[in-house]
Amino acid sequence: MTMFASSATSSMPILTWLILLPAVGAALIAILPKSMPGLHRQLGVLFSGGAAGLSIYVATQFDTHSSGFQFETIQEWIPTLGISWHVGVDGISLWLVVLTGLIFPIVLAGIDPHGDEKSYTAWMLMLQAGSFGAFLALDLFMFFVFFEIVLVPMYMLISGWGYADRKYAATKFFLYTMFGSALMLVAMLTLVSLSAGDGGLTFDLVALAERQALGVNTARWLFLAFAFAFAIKVPVAPIHTWLPDAHTQAPTGGSVILAAVMLKLGTYGLLRFGLYLFPEASVHFAPLLVTVGVIGIIYGAIVATVQGDLKRLVAYSSVAHMGFIVLGTFAFTTQGISGSVLQMVNHGVSTGALFILVGMLYERRKTRAIDELSGIQKAAPIFAAVFTVSMLSSVGLPGLNGFAGEFLILIGSFETRRWWTVVAAAGVILAALYLLWAYQRVFHGEPTDADLETPEMRGSEALLMLPFIAAMVFLGVYPQPLLERIEPSVDALVTHLEEHTDYERPEDVVIVPSDEPDSSDEHVDESESEEEDH
Amino acid sequence: MLELIWLVPALPLAGFLTLVAFGRRLGEPLAGWLATAAAGGSFIATVLVFIGLLGEDGHSRQFQQVLFDWIPLGSLKVEAGFLVDPLSITMALFITGVGSLIHLYSIGYMHGDEKFSKFFIYLNLFLFSMLMLVFGNNLIITFLGWEGVGACSYLLISFWHTRESAAVAGKKAFVTNRVGDWGFMVGTFLLWTTIGTVTYAEIGPAAHALTSTTGTAVSLLFLVAAAGKSAQLPLYVWLPDAMEGPTPVSALIHAATMVTSGVYLLVRLNPVLTDDALTVVAIIGAATALFAALSAVAQHDIKKVLAYSTVSQLGYMFLAIGSGAYVAAIFHVITHAFFKALLFLGSGSVIHGMHDEQDMRKMGALRALMPITAGTFIVGWLAIAGVPPFSGFWSKDEILLAAWEKSPVLWVVGLVTALLTAYYMSRQVFLVFFGEARWSEEGDHPVHPHESPWTMWVPLAVLAVAAVAGGAMNLPLVADWLVLEHFLEPVFEHGHLHHFTSSTGTKVGLAVVSVVAGLIGISFAAGAWLLRKISTNKLEPEFLENAMYVDAAYAKVVGGPGQKGFDMFAAFDSNVVDGAVNGAGRVVQMVGRFIQPAQSGYMRQYAIGIALGGLALVIWLLTGVV
Repeated sequence: MTMFASSATSSMPILTWLILLPAVGAALIAILPKSMPGLHRQLGVLFSGGAAGLSIYVATQFDTHSSGFQFETIQEWIPTLGISWHVGVDGISLWLVVLTGLIFPIVLAGIDPHGDEKSYTAWMLMLQAGSFGAFLALDLFMFFVFFEIVLVPMYMLISGWGYADRKYAATKFFLYTMFGSALMLVAMLTLVSLSAGDGGLTFDLVALAERQALGVNTARWLFLAFAFAFAIKVPVAPIHTWLPDAHTQAPTGGSVILAAVMLKLGTYGLLRFGLYLFPEASVHFAPLLVTVGVIGIIYGAIVATVQGDLKRLVAYSSVAHMGFIVLGTFAFTTQGISGSVLQMVNHGVSTGALFILVGMLYERRKTRAIDELSGIQKAAPIFAAVFTVSMLSSVGLPGLNGFAGEFLILIGSFETRRWWTVVAAAGVILAALYLLWAYQRVFHGEPTDADLETPEMRGSEALLMLPFIAAMVFLGVYPQPLLERIEPSVDALVTHLEEHTDYERPEDVVIVPSDEPDSSDEHVDESESEEEDH
Repeated sequence: MLELIWLVPALPLAGFLTLVAFGRRLGEPLAGWLATAAAGGSFIATVLVFIGLLGEDGHSRQFQQVLFDWIPLGSLKVEAGFLVDPLSITMALFITGVGSLIHLYSIGYMHGDEKFSKFFIYLNLFLFSMLMLVFGNNLIITFLGWEGVGACSYLLISFWHTRESAAVAGKKAFVTNRVGDWGFMVGTFLLWTTIGTVTYAEIGPAAHALTSTTGTAVSLLFLVAAAGKSAQLPLYVWLPDAMEGPTPVSALIHAATMVTSGVYLLVRLNPVLTDDALTVVAIIGAATALFAALSAVAQHDIKKVLAYSTVSQLGYMFLAIGSGAYVAAIFHVITHAFFKALLFLGSGSVIHGMHDEQDMRKMGALRALMPITAGTFIVGWLAIAGVPPFSGFWSKDEILLAAWEKSPVLWVVGLVTALLTAYYMSRQVFLVFFGEARWSEEGDHPVHPHESPWTMWVPLAVLAVAAVAGGAMNLPLVADWLVLEHFLEPVFEHGHLHHFTSSTGTKVGLAVVSVVAGLIGISFAAGAWLLRKISTNKLEPEFLENAMYVDAAYAKVVGGPGQKGFDMFAAFDSNVVDGAVNGAGRVVQMVGRFIQPAQSGYMRQYAIGIALGGLALVIWLLTGVV
């Protein structure tokens, strides 16, 4: 540990610590003997919980008036190639960092992996470290390394602790993502070598984004490569089919992390390494991305509706939800992008909760088939109530978390992508359809004897759900602490788009109020003569 | 006292939270009493706020209270705030008043139900949501209440969820309402992008900036929303099914309060509504009124008659709005809340007394055995049938007058509806309370009809008084008697409130015609169902009993091509989209097999390789950095 002491003189490199703490935990657990039951998970909770504490500290100390990167640390790493250890956090990454911080200790503490706790915990901590790294990296090379690192523990978690078809699902997940990564790597190296100026090579994100040294066509091709890699991760239809398999086969803890954190690497990547790095290409290809986003909303919802497996249904609902985030991102308005950032957190909370609940149901009944379940609410009313709240949050009921994000995305997108938004808003109808229909079949109706013996939620399980329900209510009622930290950075990003492209954000509408209660000047327009009073 | 506004929704919210925590321990009847106290407290708070508002000068009767910024982002400003003005307070007075009575009634009605306290959890949450809907100072808070009442409606319709039909009806209500919500959302977006605000107090003064095209588009989108919530054609289908819920729910949510939120929303947005849009509103309202009245004629279930009747009466309210007669619409909302809640609660009392029998063909002659229920039900009947001086006469008459001035065709539709209303309601009263008893105290299904406990008949009595006298709040002919109109007038400062132009002679003449129509309906029903002088063979055609098969047609489309289409998407997803992926994988695998014989464990090695590489990178990074 002595090697860190020297640099901690001026200010503590807290973000570096954030990445290292779970990594150290993973290493520590890896060298502990297997014969110490319970200790591994406790240590896991301790280390990931420590990271959670740090992430919350970052959020509280975060300057709400600043749009730039905060808590920055830059250390030269491979100077000849222009690679450095550059970490920083802004309003776009802050809440993903907090989400990553909080969700791992909750998952580790509350969800039983059913076997080999030592390796499971170590992989989980490595996954947390990698996710932090990906969200905090401001150096392209560093980002790529972390973006790749997270694949390994997730692959291991699915193939080691998953269900019957886990090998197939894990392989599919891995190959799919690697395919995108390969494209991204090539694009990244091309970008860096073409952008090299007098100062030599640099992998620094901020430098590259500000320099904008590429020709229009080159930048567009490179953007497409990046966007493709991220689109797989999101995932957008039609490159989404790894997701239902991965989700269904992953252990509950893995599904929660996959939905809450890993999918966000895709949408986060689109913002950070799409819009920020390639503003012109982003504007150029926006219609394409908005279209695939809206297709994902409708398509994911339709396919979700007719799923027979409850977990697959939730997985397809993710495709629909992530479509909203893509739409908001490429709406290029402050409301739309901020809504997308907020919705990344919301989706993690709601879908994470649903995956845990489906996992609990599976533990009880050894099935997730919707038509093998019925009338569970009669046997387990509290379980059903928690499911109902999570479902309504996912459906976007105002007052719960899902609404604020969805609303901001839609209202922000309406300004610039009117017709797409009109279609996307219909996805809200479908969301109610697939979830309520599934709920009706599983929880309502006449229970069989097997259904009546479904155990009620236990105290420990209720404790696990409590932070999720609390987050749903808090974020639904008072999203302001999040929004006020998100907005300045998003605003700066939109300004960045305006500076480097011919895009202009819609102007604020200000109407001079008419105090005349008279109706003669109402609805002034092309056909004033028609506007006769009664 | 205006500052007390936050208390109005806060009390039922507190009741809800308390019951969530302690409801089970409180049990019956304490949980019910606590919820009723919360509702009653909310009513008292509303009255105090009302008194405070009356203390203000006529045109400055507008008070806003902002608790905090809910969703603030850039130029978008969404506050968690309340707007107290004549419109919202009028709505709140009858919502909390009727709501409290129905809470009280439910203590008796839900007696013995194993989920007694859960019922009151939902009821208090509903009241809270409904009050947010009317008191919200902007469209988004209204939407919060709008969705909240929808969710409560869903939970309460499927309250007896082991019954398949109840579960299906709950889901159907929510999903159908979501179609309306789509209109609400897109309408809000269009309004905000055009005039830059979602706050009511700013919408009025800024509405002049809407072109007539945009204004019409906004109006029609909100009409979609209102048609969903207020069960208008073509989205009415969920309301008749919603009768699966406990009867107090039908009275409170599906008659008196929630279903009128569409009317409230359109009246609230009156500065935005254009003439073209209003014509559409009027046509939809008139069509719904007639359609539902025809359907009510042939129903056998005591609650289904009332359900179709509610759809029909809501149609009247839309007809009023469409004619620009906003005050008449609100007037009818209130009187309808009184008499329809009364009728529903009365039907609940009958169902209760008849041991859960709902088929009117198995009732009859209950007048003597349930005197209070019968007496109050008869009051409700006379009110809805438009017999003067009961409240329904006055509000319906105003709507018919407005329709007359908009277009005589609309008036004729309204008049026929009035005749049908008088007929089907008389049929119901005669079938249930008069004639011979079609049930038996012996035999296979012995029934012992009895009067309900005081918790149930007191609300009936109070509502009966309101149903008689409610018309007094807005009496025609003498200007000073138009109390409601004068009170509400400031709300229409930026819109076009229709002022009646007909001569007194026309007004009286139209009123006489509508009274005569009502009497014809009653007489015909008496001849057929009471005196049995007219053959009833052809009076209940199957076509009308099935509400012209509209719902059946929907079900056929959704369950047939709709479901098939969805299945096709899923098959496409797993066969074509995923099939292509797996196919590509197989090709790669085959090529790999050709190049490299060692194929087993291929992925595992690869993964381990990456893992080691990753770890090596981490170590490299640790030594090189920081």
